[in-house]
Amino acid sequence: MNDTITLSHGSGGLQSNKLINEVFFKYFGNDILNQMNDAAQLEIDFKKLAFTTDSFVVNPIFFNGGNIGKLAVCGTVNDLAVSGAKPLYITSAFIIEEGFSIKKLEEIVMSMADEARNAGVKIVAGDTKVVEKGNVDGIFINTSGIGRIYENVNINCSNAREGDIVIVNGTLGDHGMTIMCARNELGLEGNLRSDCACLNSLVDIMLEAYGGIHVIRDATRGGVAAVLNEISEFSNVTIALEENNLPFKEEVKGATEMLGLDPLYIANEGKLCAFVPEAYAQKVLSAMRKHPLGSNATIIGKVTEEIGQRVYLNTVVGGKRLVDMPSGIQLPRIC
Amino acid sequence: MKFAYEFRNAEYAKKLVEKLNNISSDKINIMEVCGTHTMAIFKYGIRDVLPSNINLISGPGCPVCVTPQSYIDAVLTLCTKEDIITATFGDMMRVPGKKGSLSKKKEEGFDVRIVYSPMDCLTMALQNPSKKIVFLSVGFETTAPMTSLTVIEAKKSNIKNLFFATANKIVPPVMEALVKDKELRIDAFLLPGHVCAIIGTKPYDFLSEDYNTPGVVTGFEPLDILQGLNTLVNLISKKDYRIMNEYKRVVKTVGNPYALEYLNKTFNIVDSNWRGIGRICGSGMEFNGKYEYFDALKHFEIEYEDYDGSPGCRCGEILKGKIKPSDCPLFKKLCSPENPVGSCMVSSEGTCAAYYRYHKDNI
Repeated sequence: MNDTITLSHGSGGLQSNKLINEVFFKYFGNDILNQMNDAAQLEIDFKKLAFTTDSFVVNPIFFNGGNIGKLAVCGTVNDLAVSGAKPLYITSAFIIEEGFSIKKLEEIVMSMADEARNAGVKIVAGDTKVVEKGNVDGIFINTSGIGRIYENVNINCSNAREGDIVIVNGTLGDHGMTIMCARNELGLEGNLRSDCACLNSLVDIMLEAYGGIHVIRDATRGGVAAVLNEISEFSNVTIALEENNLPFKEEVKGATEMLGLDPLYIANEGKLCAFVPEAYAQKVLSAMRKHPLGSNATIIGKVTEEIGQRVYLNTVVGGKRLVDMPSGIQLPRIC
Repeated sequence: MKFAYEFRNAEYAKKLVEKLNNISSDKINIMEVCGTHTMAIFKYGIRDVLPSNINLISGPGCPVCVTPQSYIDAVLTLCTKEDIITATFGDMMRVPGKKGSLSKKKEEGFDVRIVYSPMDCLTMALQNPSKKIVFLSVGFETTAPMTSLTVIEAKKSNIKNLFFATANKIVPPVMEALVKDKELRIDAFLLPGHVCAIIGTKPYDFLSEDYNTPGVVTGFEPLDILQGLNTLVNLISKKDYRIMNEYKRVVKTVGNPYALEYLNKTFNIVDSNWRGIGRICGSGMEFNGKYEYFDALKHFEIEYEDYDGSPGCRCGEILKGKIKPSDCPLFKKLCSPENPVGSCMVSSEGTCAAYYRYHKDNI
C-alpha cells in the first residue's frame, strides 16, 4: 500500500478494498462487520433504544491524551451512556484528505478499536470518502451509535428538581485547554492532557448505587456552564454552584488565568454532571470515587428553591454572580 | 506561593469585609477605573458584600471600549485591501463599526488573525514576505510597551512588511477629566494595577495634590480589591488624600523604567479621542518620526475622520460612570453580547458586558 491516501482509496475499487481490509477491518473486525453487508444486520430484544450521532473535526488531530479517533468513539459512547443506555453498536464514517498519511490513519483506527473494545461496543458499519487536497482539514470522522435504554431508569434533561445535588466526576476544562495549547498559536506550553474517556462504566456504577438519578449530561463544548444552563432551562430550576468546590488542575488554572478565560466554559471530553436527589448523593459520590474516572468526583452545587431558570455561583468572598450560557467563542483578552 | 489563588482565600475575604463594614457610614463614591477591576468586582460578587454607603462606579479603563468607532471603520477598510493580514488582540474581533466588525470580515474571507502578543507579528511578517501585516495596537500603558519592543525589533531587523494601526491611550489624563467633572462626585479612585506596573504611582500624585482625592493602587484578586477598598475608606475617613500602593508585589513607585524607556523611544504623546468622552489632551500615543514608516493608517493613506458611537448608544455616559448599563435604553433589548451596539458590551472588560454577564439583578 502507498504511504498516503489517494483519491483511488475512496473510489470503491481495488484500492478502496485494500484500505478497508488492511486498516479498517484489521482493527475493527467483528462478527457483524466481517459479513461485509451494505448494512449491519442486528438482532435486538428490547423496545427502547437510544440513538445518537456526532461529528469530529478537531485540530490538532493528535494531542496529549488522545486523537480524533478516540474522541469519536468516546463522544458517541458517552452520549448514549448519559442517556441511561448501554452502548452497543457504533458506525464510523471517514472523510479523508488526499495525501493524508496512512500510518496516521492506522494509529487513529487502532485507538478507535481500543476504545470500542474497552467500552464493550462493536463498530458494525462504516464508510470512507476521500476528497481533494484542501477540501477537508486532514480527516473528519462521524460516529453514530445505538444503545439499550435501561429499564426503570429515567434520565432526562427536564428531570432536575429542587434539592438535587450536582456532582462532577473530576477536574474541569482539561480537554479544551490541552487543545488550545496544542495548537501553539498562543505560545503556551504545559503538562496538559485531554480527559477524553468513555464514561459508560462509570455511569453503570452510578446507576447501581442509585437507579433514580435525575439527570446525567456530559459536559463537552461550552464546558460545565453550557450543560448546567441547558438543564436549568429544560428543568425550569435555579442551580447554585460553590466556587470553593469547583475542581481544576493547576495547569488549567494557570493557563486560563494567563489568557483571561473562565474554565467553567472550557470543553471537556471525559466529564459528566449528575443531578442526584439529596438523600442519595453521598452514596453515588462514594461509588464514583472508587472508579478510575471518578476518583476526583466532587459536589459542586445544588438545585435551590428559587424560582427561575438560572445558574449562579456563590463566590469565595460571599457574593453571587451569574454563570450565563456561553456566547460565541472565548477569546484571550488584551490586558 | 500560588499568587492567583492565595489571594482568593475565603477566610481572609470575610475578615476584610467585616473591617470594611466598620470604618465609616458616610456615603462614599469610589471609581474603579480599570476594566479588569470592573470584571473582577462582578466576578467575585464584591458589590454584594460592601456596606450600603459605599458606591462603586465603573470608569473608562477598558481600552476596547474607548477606541472610537472611526478607528474600527478605518481598520475595516484596511483589512479588505489586497495582500493584508490583519493581526489583532481577541477582544477587538467583535467590536462593531459602521461597516461591520473584524469577525464579520474574517467570515467573509479576509485574513484576520488573533495574536496574543504583537511580537508574534514579527514571525508572521517573515513567514509571509509577499503580504503586509497590520497589527492593531490598542491598549493603555500596560500593553503599549510590547508595541514599542516590536517596532524597534522590526526596524533593527529591516522588516518592511509590518505596520501598526496605533490607538494606544494614556490613563491619567482621562482621570483628571473625570475628577474635574462637576456631575460626578468621585471621592476616591481604585487605581489600575497593571497600568501602574508600567508607569508607577507618581503620575497619579496630581489627584492628591490638586484635587484632594486619594487613590490606592490595587491588584485584581478579591483580597486585593477588598484591601484596597479598606485602605481607601480609611484614608477618606481621616481626610488623608494620599496615593498609596497596595499592589507592591507587582507595582513599584517608579514603575518599570525599561518599559518607559521603550515607550519614550517610539511614541510621541498626542491628543486623542475617547469614545463617548471626547478629545482629551495628551492622552494618546503616536509613533515618533523615527518609526513613522510603520504607521499603518499613514502608510496606506486611510482617511480617518473622527466620529463616535451609534444612535441611542450611551456607552459614553457609562464609561464616565454617570449612568449604569441598566439605565441605557438599548441594554439587553437591542444591545447584547450576541448583537452588541456599543463596545462596552462586546469587550471582555466592558461595563455593560460585566453587568449583562454577572449582575445579581439577573439572579
